[in-house]
Amino acid sequence: MTKQLRSVDVVLVGFGWTGAIYAEKLTAAGLEVRAFERGPWRDTPGDFATTFAQDELRYYWRHGMFQEASQATLTFRNNGAQTALPMRHWGSFLPGNGVGGAGVHWNGQTYRFLPSDFEARSHNEDRYGPLPEHMTVQDYGVTYEELEPHFDYFEKICGICGQAGNLNGRTVDGGNPYEGPRSDDYPNPPMQMTFSQDRFAASARELGLNPFPVPSANMSRAYVNPLGLQLAPCTYCGFCEKHGCGNYSKSSPQTTIIPVLMQRPNFSLLTNSEVLRIEKSADGSRTTGVTYVDTSGDTYFQPAEMVVLCAYPLENTRLLLLSQIGEPYDPRTGEGVVGKNYCYQVMSSATVFFEEEFTNGFIGAGALGMVADDYNGDNFDHSGLGFIGGGYIACHTTNARPIESHPVPDGVPRWGSKWKRAVRENFLKTTSVGVHGASMAHRSNYLDLDPTYTDAHGRPLLRMTYDFTLNDRRLTQHLTPVAEQIARGMGGREVKVNDRRGSYDSVPYQTTHNTGGTIMGADPATSVVNRYCQSWDCPNLFVAGAGLFPQNAGYNPTGTVGALAYWSVDAIINQYLRQTGPLVQT
Amino acid sequence: MRPARGTFLIVLAAAGMAGLALGTGAPQAQELSYSQVERGRYLTIAGDCKACHTDIESDGVPFAGGRGLQTPFGTIYSSNLTPDMETGLGRWTREEFYDALNEGVDREGHHLYPAMPYPYFTLMTREDTDAIFAYLRTLEPIASDVPENDLPFPLSLRQSVWGWKLLFFEDKEFARDPEMSEEWNRGRYLVDGPLHCGGCHTGKGALGADDDDEYLRGGVLEHWFAPNIRGGENGGIADWDRDDIVAFLRDGRARHTAPMQRMGEVVAMSTQHLSEKDLQAVAIYLKTLDDGPREEQDLAEADRLEIGEGIYFDNCAACHAADRSGVPYFFAPLTTSNKVLAEDPSTAIRIILGGARAQPTEAVPSVLAMPPFAWKLTDEQIADLLTYLRQSGARKAAPVSASEVVDMRDYLAEEY
Repeated sequence: MTKQLRSVDVVLVGFGWTGAIYAEKLTAAGLEVRAFERGPWRDTPGDFATTFAQDELRYYWRHGMFQEASQATLTFRNNGAQTALPMRHWGSFLPGNGVGGAGVHWNGQTYRFLPSDFEARSHNEDRYGPLPEHMTVQDYGVTYEELEPHFDYFEKICGICGQAGNLNGRTVDGGNPYEGPRSDDYPNPPMQMTFSQDRFAASARELGLNPFPVPSANMSRAYVNPLGLQLAPCTYCGFCEKHGCGNYSKSSPQTTIIPVLMQRPNFSLLTNSEVLRIEKSADGSRTTGVTYVDTSGDTYFQPAEMVVLCAYPLENTRLLLLSQIGEPYDPRTGEGVVGKNYCYQVMSSATVFFEEEFTNGFIGAGALGMVADDYNGDNFDHSGLGFIGGGYIACHTTNARPIESHPVPDGVPRWGSKWKRAVRENFLKTTSVGVHGASMAHRSNYLDLDPTYTDAHGRPLLRMTYDFTLNDRRLTQHLTPVAEQIARGMGGREVKVNDRRGSYDSVPYQTTHNTGGTIMGADPATSVVNRYCQSWDCPNLFVAGAGLFPQNAGYNPTGTVGALAYWSVDAIINQYLRQTGPLVQT
Repeated sequence: MRPARGTFLIVLAAAGMAGLALGTGAPQAQELSYSQVERGRYLTIAGDCKACHTDIESDGVPFAGGRGLQTPFGTIYSSNLTPDMETGLGRWTREEFYDALNEGVDREGHHLYPAMPYPYFTLMTREDTDAIFAYLRTLEPIASDVPENDLPFPLSLRQSVWGWKLLFFEDKEFARDPEMSEEWNRGRYLVDGPLHCGGCHTGKGALGADDDDEYLRGGVLEHWFAPNIRGGENGGIADWDRDDIVAFLRDGRARHTAPMQRMGEVVAMSTQHLSEKDLQAVAIYLKTLDDGPREEQDLAEADRLEIGEGIYFDNCAACHAADRSGVPYFFAPLTTSNKVLAEDPSTAIRIILGGARAQPTEAVPSVLAMPPFAWKLTDEQIADLLTYLRQSGARKAAPVSASEVVDMRDYLAEEY
């Protein structure tokens, strides 16, 4: 039997980056906020202290901090003609679990999307004419200018280390000349680059490109953020992605927000408590709270005046579908919105092998790198190219973790003594130039509920139907040769090109940048939430995260996820609380 | 926790009736003025009364007592300071309260165990103890039966305290030093009176009384070594300036270190809430306390230092930096640490074995902790590491033996 609890002002479903952001602002505004996290409590001293944080077997190979497939997974197929099967072991992406979510084990590359990324349809159609019929690319409904103060604040919360390229419209040497105008510089200087970045930057400049330091959430120096929380200088140990930082050197909800929240009496957090459903009023016009289950299998109804979905995009989409809020997307008709425009990222790279020089890749950090944005977004002329969007091209030294990372040149067998010798010879002498390509929405890529497979609670799993699109293939064919050209200019012995060919494969790791499904926009017929991330169907329901992206840009998503969360919570506090109702009239 | 206004009035009425019923003087309610209560609240914080008089381990009601205090002689449970008639201070008068703080006797004339720091509070003025009493009477009365003390015979007899007091306790008022500034005198009053810093930081004789020769030179408490906090020449915090002392007490972070464990409690409950002026006064006073030069230390064998350096580099350098300079306000610099260089290395051994958590404060809410190394380093390795740290800088301390680490490891295994 479901027990009913005392009502609170706000329920947050999921407690990673966006949960922490909403909770901090809403409790500061005086509301009583309760967050639900299906995973455990996690903090630096207890869960990834320096004495054991750098354990590749535990955290990467055995998925120490990720969602367990036995708790929740999804089914996957490349297209509607196939039967989707459950992913029983994570591969292509690694959803987080527990307090801090994937914000604990991210790399820390913290970009702002370009102004044109927020207007992908109107901007590109203005410049190049109508998009192809089945490209369901849309505008966000919010502009870069509107998000700018929120990008700025998120960067200050995280202490992002970088070099501005456009300060209030003034171009600054050494930064990204293509970025939207920034109201302020980064709070910290860039990280210390290594040999590989120096070679990359020199080669890119030789080609007339404009390399700049990757904006990093790994600290270049000690920092105190606006909430009084401390971050320590990064030690370049190379255990960022897939690992928690034991040195307090990586911005995460744990290091930048949560300690303040835990001191606030109007905040509470329930861990190991999984929200099963968002509940609605009889007429379906409002949410009334959530039903959740604890580890004993007891279910509770937590009433609330407002609900914010702060889980991972895949789970936010699934919760809306399970709760029957919003019209599910139907790829045959193109009607409906929930699950629409699932997008990903299109990655490729060129590995450089040096003969003499040591790259010492073990001296790394998740966001240690130099990057060029000359082929991102609409920073270059796409006339006659047959695709829109682009990607950044970067040389990162994120790690040389031995289980995961042992690149060898072309022609080396995949095992045996020759392979071992090649690993030995090349381990300290390789680097890579990567393309981080945008992923444009297409009518046939979407999320819905699986008709066959269910989770431990008997609820249908989410089904992902996804393949790379024609736009993706043309994009990667255009950009990968540029990366190769830069790589060839870096002075190595040989270059191995890792093209993106064929259908999307869910097994090898690519990125945990799953986007869409709960997209934002200006029209309730084509989006799940309005420009303030408020549900068109239930005005007291808000949605956070990269699920809001109508399509994915050629960047890592976290910077934009943070800015959208601050933008949305600002609208809740300054508009919605004064008059609860739709913030956009239809 | 402050009671609602209604409760406040009831308390006043009850207090008044108690006074009349017992015929101990004029009703007290009339003398509870706002400014006196506020002064009392501040002094109660300065004295950190709440820390001992709240059963923190069991989420007890503040000031309702019942916390078990481990002393070398046994466990003493703190009393209920709320104005409850049966179990608290409900029937106490201001005079009786003054006697408790000033002379260490309760209203029945029983001697109080000196776990209650009346040897320090005796310096407090009558005005100050009255103010504290006035504040305590505004608390909500909580019925709270405190467990019996767990002390061996003959210490279980209150009379034994009489003998102790005869030997060690002096009922005295604070004496201003006219040679020194007003601030210095205020600092000394705070340090020796309400803040009772010597309770932990002054070495004790065999019977637990302050050894005046060891004044603020560091003391042992619950297997921690509370370090030397003399700030003048050769003092344990000689290289701290006044602002460092203030930052430590106000923010819980200084260039050199952060408060942990018991001192963490003191900063969280007490010093972070004190006025800037008072913290400056404390710093001014501490900075005038010189210490004798260090004795020449035996130097450890070179190979121990080399092994210790290797262990340091592999396990400690990521946070504390390769040159041991740390990250100021974050990871303690170890070159001048008064814990590392203390004559008694207990605290350093204990932190390496068991880890330690820096106290979050309102100013700096970050939760920082050093992880435990008990599972990772052997007794010999920890001894070599500490020996290296204690002998590699300009100031040197004696080598640490593996048996000292064994003793602490055994103690921690038994206690936790």
